[in-house]
Order: sequence, then C-alpha cells, then structure tokens
Amino acid sequence: MRKVAIYGKGGIGKSTTTQNTVAGLVEMGKRVMVVGCDPKADSTRLLLGGLAQRSVLDTLREEGEDVELADIRAKGFCSSLCVESGGPEPGVGCAGRGIITSINMLEQLGAYDESEQLDYVFYDVLGDVVCGGFAMPIREGKAEEIYIVVSGEMMAMYAANNICKGIQKYAQTGAVRLGGLICNSRKTDNEKELIQALAARLGTHMIHFVPRHNDVQRAEIQRKTVIEWNAACEQADEYRTLARSIEGNKKFVIPKPLSIQELENLLMEFGILGT
Amino acid sequence: MSDFPTNSAVDPCDAEGFPRSNAPLPDPAATREEMLKLYPPKTRKKREKQLLVNDPVTPPEIGANTRTVPGIISQRGCTYAGCRGVVIGPIHDILHITHGPVGCGYYSWLTRRNLGRPRDDQPVNYLQYCMSTDMMEEEIIFGGEKKLAAAIREAYRIFKPKAIAVYATCPVGLIGDDIHTVCRQAKEELGINVFGFSCEGYKGVSQSAGHHIANNGVFKHMVGLLDEPDPEPFRINVLGEYNIGGDAWEIDTLLKKCGIHVTATLSGDISYEQICKCHTSDLNVVMCHRSINYMAEMMEVKFGIPWIKVNFIGAEQSAKSLRKIAKYFGDQRLLDRVEEVIAQETSALRPVLEDVKSRCKGKTAAMFVGGSRAHHYQHLFKDIGMLTVAAGYEFAHRDDYEGRRVLPTIKVDADSRNIEELDVEADPTRFSPRKSPEQIAALAEGGFSFKDYEGMMTEMRKSTLVIDDISHHEIEKLIEIYKPDIIGSGIKDKFVIEKFGVPCKQLHSYDYGGPYAAFTGAANFYLEVDRMINTKVWKLVTPSWKKDPKLRENFGVGIDSAGNKAIRDTVAGMAKAWKPRKTGPTDAEG
Repeated sequence: MRKVAIYGKGGIGKSTTTQNTVAGLVEMGKRVMVVGCDPKADSTRLLLGGLAQRSVLDTLREEGEDVELADIRAKGFCSSLCVESGGPEPGVGCAGRGIITSINMLEQLGAYDESEQLDYVFYDVLGDVVCGGFAMPIREGKAEEIYIVVSGEMMAMYAANNICKGIQKYAQTGAVRLGGLICNSRKTDNEKELIQALAARLGTHMIHFVPRHNDVQRAEIQRKTVIEWNAACEQADEYRTLARSIEGNKKFVIPKPLSIQELENLLMEFGILGT
Repeated sequence: MSDFPTNSAVDPCDAEGFPRSNAPLPDPAATREEMLKLYPPKTRKKREKQLLVNDPVTPPEIGANTRTVPGIISQRGCTYAGCRGVVIGPIHDILHITHGPVGCGYYSWLTRRNLGRPRDDQPVNYLQYCMSTDMMEEEIIFGGEKKLAAAIREAYRIFKPKAIAVYATCPVGLIGDDIHTVCRQAKEELGINVFGFSCEGYKGVSQSAGHHIANNGVFKHMVGLLDEPDPEPFRINVLGEYNIGGDAWEIDTLLKKCGIHVTATLSGDISYEQICKCHTSDLNVVMCHRSINYMAEMMEVKFGIPWIKVNFIGAEQSAKSLRKIAKYFGDQRLLDRVEEVIAQETSALRPVLEDVKSRCKGKTAAMFVGGSRAHHYQHLFKDIGMLTVAAGYEFAHRDDYEGRRVLPTIKVDADSRNIEELDVEADPTRFSPRKSPEQIAALAEGGFSFKDYEGMMTEMRKSTLVIDDISHHEIEKLIEIYKPDIIGSGIKDKFVIEKFGVPCKQLHSYDYGGPYAAFTGAANFYLEVDRMINTKVWKLVTPSWKKDPKLRENFGVGIDSAGNKAIRDTVAGMAKAWKPRKTGPTDAEG
C-alpha cells in the first residue's frame, strides 16, 4: 500500500487535483482510500457525487466509542473509499488534534489492514503545515510520499517551499519523502519552466503540468470528477497521465528547501519580479 | 525592647542578637563551591546567581524569579496552582470550577489545608467540593466553551452560590476557549457574579505568576462591590494569610482581644461578602508579601488604604506587629490594650518557650519554602534559640530577598511581561486617604514605615547561605556538610531529607499540625520542633544498606569480594551470549 499525502497553499486546488487523480487511479483498477484532513470536510465531494458524509469526528461525538468502519467510510466513484476527518467550526477547539484523533481511529478500526487490500491511501491536507496536528499524516509514517500542488504564483511557491521544510524535518527520523511537484496551472508567465526550475532546486521533479481548463469547473458544478463527467475530454487525459506518473514514480527525495533570497532570485530569473 | 529578655549567660547570643550554634559552622563559601562544582558551565553560571553567602547590610543581588534549570528537581508549582490553589481557593462560599482535564481539579483539591468554616448567618462551605469540567478529547477538538457553560449552569442549579470562579488550565489556553465571554454570559443569565481566571499552568516561571493573575481578578471582579463598612472601629484587612492549619483564626482571635477588627483576611477562610467590602477597611497589613503585594498596592491607589508589612509568625514578631498596628491608629486606649494583651500572651507563652528553649537552643535549622515563610519562620526558631543556617524561597522575587528598595532595579523579563499589569486609578467617588500627608509624615518621623518590606536577607545572619529554588543535589550537599537539626520544606523533598536522618517539617501544609501563627500558634510550633528534633527516632534508625555486611563489601572498597565477583561473572556471561541480530529494512524494531 502506498501512502500519499497532498499538500499545498490554500485554494491551490488540492482537493480537486486529488480527487481527479484518484479517479484516474481507480479507473486503472486500483483500490484507493481518500482521507480528507480538512475540518470543512469537503475533500471527497466529487468522488461521492456531493453525498453528504458523516465525518469521523462527528460520528465519534455522536456514537461515543461504538463506531464501525462502515459508519465513517463511504464508497465513491469506481469503488473509491472516502473518509472525512472533519473538525470544529472555525475559531474554536483544535483542528490539528482532531486529525490526530481521527487517523488513530481509522487505524484502530482496521481501515489500513491488509484485508482491505488497498493499493493507495491519499491524505488531502488543509493549507500549509500549520501545527503538529496538520503534520500528522507525515509524522510516524502515516504518509510516505508527499506531492505538493503548486502554481507559478509567488505565494504558492513560498508555501511549497515551507511544506518542504516540514517534510525535511520529519524525513530525518522517518520514511517520508517528497514525490514531486504537481503544477496546477494559473497561466502565469513561464509557469512550466519556473516550476521545473523550482523542483530542480528542491531536489525533486515536476511530476505533471495540469493545464488550466474550464472543464474542471464544469465537472465540479456537476459534483463529479472530470473523468466521470466526460471520460473523453482532453482534461480527463491530463489526470490519467498524472495518475500514471504517480503509479510509475520512482523518485523519492528529502527536499532541500530554498532560502527566501534564493526563492526570490528564482522568480527574478524567470522574469516575474523583473517585469 | 524584648518581651522575652535573654540571660546572656544562659542564652548566648552573638553581637547581632542571633542565636549561637552549638557546633562550629562550616565555611559557607566552601560549601557553595562544593554545591556548584558538579554543574556544567551553563548551569553553574545560572545557579551561582541563585546561591549566595548572605550579607545583611548590603545583600548581594540574587537571580530570583527566573526559569528553573531543567533536571534540578525544583520544588516549584504552576501558575494554576498559584491562582486557584493559593490565592483564591480559600474563599469558602463561592464555587471554584476548574475548566480542564479532571486531574488538574482533583489534585488541587484539599491539599493545601486552607481551612474554612461556615458562618452562623451564612451556613455554607464549599471547600469540601471539587468541581471540574472534566474536559476530554472531544472538547479539545471541538472546543470546551459549551461544556463550561453547562457546568456553570449545573453548579448554579445545585448550589445557588453568590459567585462562581472559573480557572483555565493548560489545554484551555492552547485551544483558545474564551472563558471570559462564557463567564460574562453566565453572569447575565444567572444574575450572580461569574468570573474567569486565565491562569494556565504554563504561564510564568512558577506559581508566582498565578498569584499576580489572582490578585488582578479578585480586584477587578470582587473588591469594591459592597459599600457597607463594618460598624467596629480600628478596621484592618489581613492580606496574604491563607489559614493553613487555622493560622488566620489565631491571628483573628489575637486581634479581637486587642480590639482590632478584621474586615477581611485575604483569603484565609474568607466569605465573598467580606472580599466585596474589604475596601471599606482602614489599613491593609501584609503577611505574605510575595503573593499579595499587588492587591495592597492597587487598593492604596484606588481607595487610599495604606499598607504595612507585618508578621504574626513568632512571639517577638507578633508583639511587634500588634504595636505597629496600634501605632498606626494612634489611639491611646488601643495602645494600652495592645500592651496588656502582649503581656498576657507572653506570660502564658513563657513557660513553654523556656522549657523548649532549654532543649533546642544552639541547634540549627534550614528552610526552603514559599515566598515569605522561609523568612517568617526564622523568627520562631530564633525565639527558641535556634539559628537558621540556610534559607531560600521557591518562587519569590528579588524584593522578597533583598527588600523593596531594589524594586526600581528589577529587570522585567519576557516571562513576567506575559502577566497582565492592571492600570489602576483613584476611584472618583470612593477614594479617601485614611491618613493626611501630615499624619503620614509624623508617623514616618517616629520610625514608622509604610509599604515597606526589608526582605529576608537583611534579617538573616551574616555568612549564612541563601539558596533560591534549591535543587535536590544542593539540599543533599547541605545536609552532608551542615547537618542541620531540622529542615522546613515541602512534600517534594520531605522524604529525601528524612532518609538522611534529618526531621523535615512541611511548612506549606504543616503536615497534619498547626496553627503556628500568633502567640498561641507559636507554642504549638515550639512543642512540635522540640518533639521532632529531640526524639531519638532519627538516630535509632539504621538503614538496611548500613546493616548488611555483604552489600557494604560490594560497595567500592571490596572490589574483589565474592559478591562482586558473582555480579561480574553474570554480566560477562551475558555479554558473551549476546549476538547482534541481523536486521533488514522491514525489521526495523530489531
């Protein structure tokens, strides 16, 4: 079983990219579980066709200790397995602690057992690496390969670099490695080259460049992944390619984060700050 | 003038009036070096500032109220303990709700022996109850505000108290529960006073931060709510007296005999109503300077009540404190009455004192406790001819050691800045200076000092040891070198000390004894100390490792003994049998 976590700046398209990629993998016949680690609990909406799902933490709260795997895990597109960690409303409690509790709960319920015959588990994690709780998937080997969703926008690259710092920290003591950058295009200048250069500096590679396409938006309105919405469209093929690249990926590294100065120099080099 | 004149032939005192020790005292500087030499350079540098040889005339600067060095086994407590446990916990007719996991509430329940009893007209005492919101994982994740609000409602429904106090523990601060808003809403809903304290345990370097937070809260939420002065004359508040083992009751009784009325004792066995009207009193007398000087200062600024430092621990000190209070009021009948009471009390105490002194004089004591007790109790020992050879506080600041004159030179570090400093102004209608500037000046001229604390070091003999936040290593060295006859300390080191064959009196909780305040309490203390240091029990006990000859042979000298050889053979056999296991990447646990 490969344990994958998707990180990236807030709003960069982590959940969309994760679900569309998972759709590609399940279409190939892989058995995949997606664990949404965002308190908003909206990481599996496209796979489930908008089905409202009870989160692990809500279930735990309502049922007490008597929780079954079936209560918190739902079947989505092509038998993908969907779990939402859930969490408190904004501004109260500790969402980080919630993620720790919910992943531990999944383990105790046997969601990762060999009998489940999972090929992949995907963690879709909120925003930046904020605190210990949000780093849970990369701590203690819960996730072993990390993909960072990034674009040519400066703040997205800053965030990617920060996440690399978190990975570097936990890579010293554990099995976690960076699998690559996924560029989710915002159509900025020299975007592909810039991200390829950033990836090279970090010691990794850009695993796929996902072009910007309105079909993604159209599918999303229909509460579907692109592959399910229109299996024949060009964008569906992009996600299939990304899924295949992940399936065949052999390059797992401990990233070398850049200093802020190095990062700015890079942007300058590719003509963003210069213009 | 002494109420207990000493006969120099029988009670030898040195030129400064300190008792002489029976045995010659070790060299303090060499002892200090012996304690410090084991430490790594960084620790040593820090401990050097906290471990001093005393000079009462010009006390050296002490590195007090700084972070504890990890690993030295400090005696300190946490901010929650200082706030809920020490300063506010003793209020007997309000409900104290600990917002946090159940252990914080449970382990701070009834452990301090701050006694309370219901009043005839107010037959409630909630001190026997332990209330906690029993925060669990669910509240950590989703927030604990709703559970707190429910707990307040439930507690109100059962007890109908006049007020409820809520205390924040560490996780509450981490997840950011807004206890103050919950309290404000509960106050509106229930129509009683409900207020919270952000006294999370991790704030500050010791419980001292909790005292400050408690003072601020009591001042903001209670003091001044009831403008009904008691009818009695000569009204005072006793601040920083927590009624451990019934101390406050002894002081109360003594003051009452003199005709001095206590409006409120903060906060030993006090009622909510008393705190609410304590601003109508005419003088604040401060016992424990460390835990409550903030309150004394704020009440002076807002209401015009002056404060003086007193000490009712020790017979000489109790007499001195009574005279000081009488002098403040300046009423001849009161002055006369105070002298009468002192004469009565001392003549009742004298036979006990002389009897105990005949067996205790010349013996030595050491104390490591509190933020005032290590100073105050030296007077009790002094009463019976015992010299304090080493003393230190757990959580005091420089002013408690060196005196308030160093206040302007104390550097406020980041840890102290973390604690709110209230901005207090004179109350527009209720500020009324109890003494005119002329009266104050006249009193000062007669040697009367307001808002002054000289500190412990100025009242300790020259060349004694002063050790702040003592470590176990240092206390063991002290026992080894000084062999004090008794140590006053706390539960964390009590049994370590007693295993060295030295009796240890807990001066936080008094073990199971007390009261020790005022003249009547002093008699209890003299008898207790006599019993502890003159019993043969400590000399009769021979620890097992000194009795078993085999074990003794094994220890160092008898390196080739049969016992040692057996151990060596076993270890060698185990080493021979051990083979490194082949471990692969999938077999990480080995």
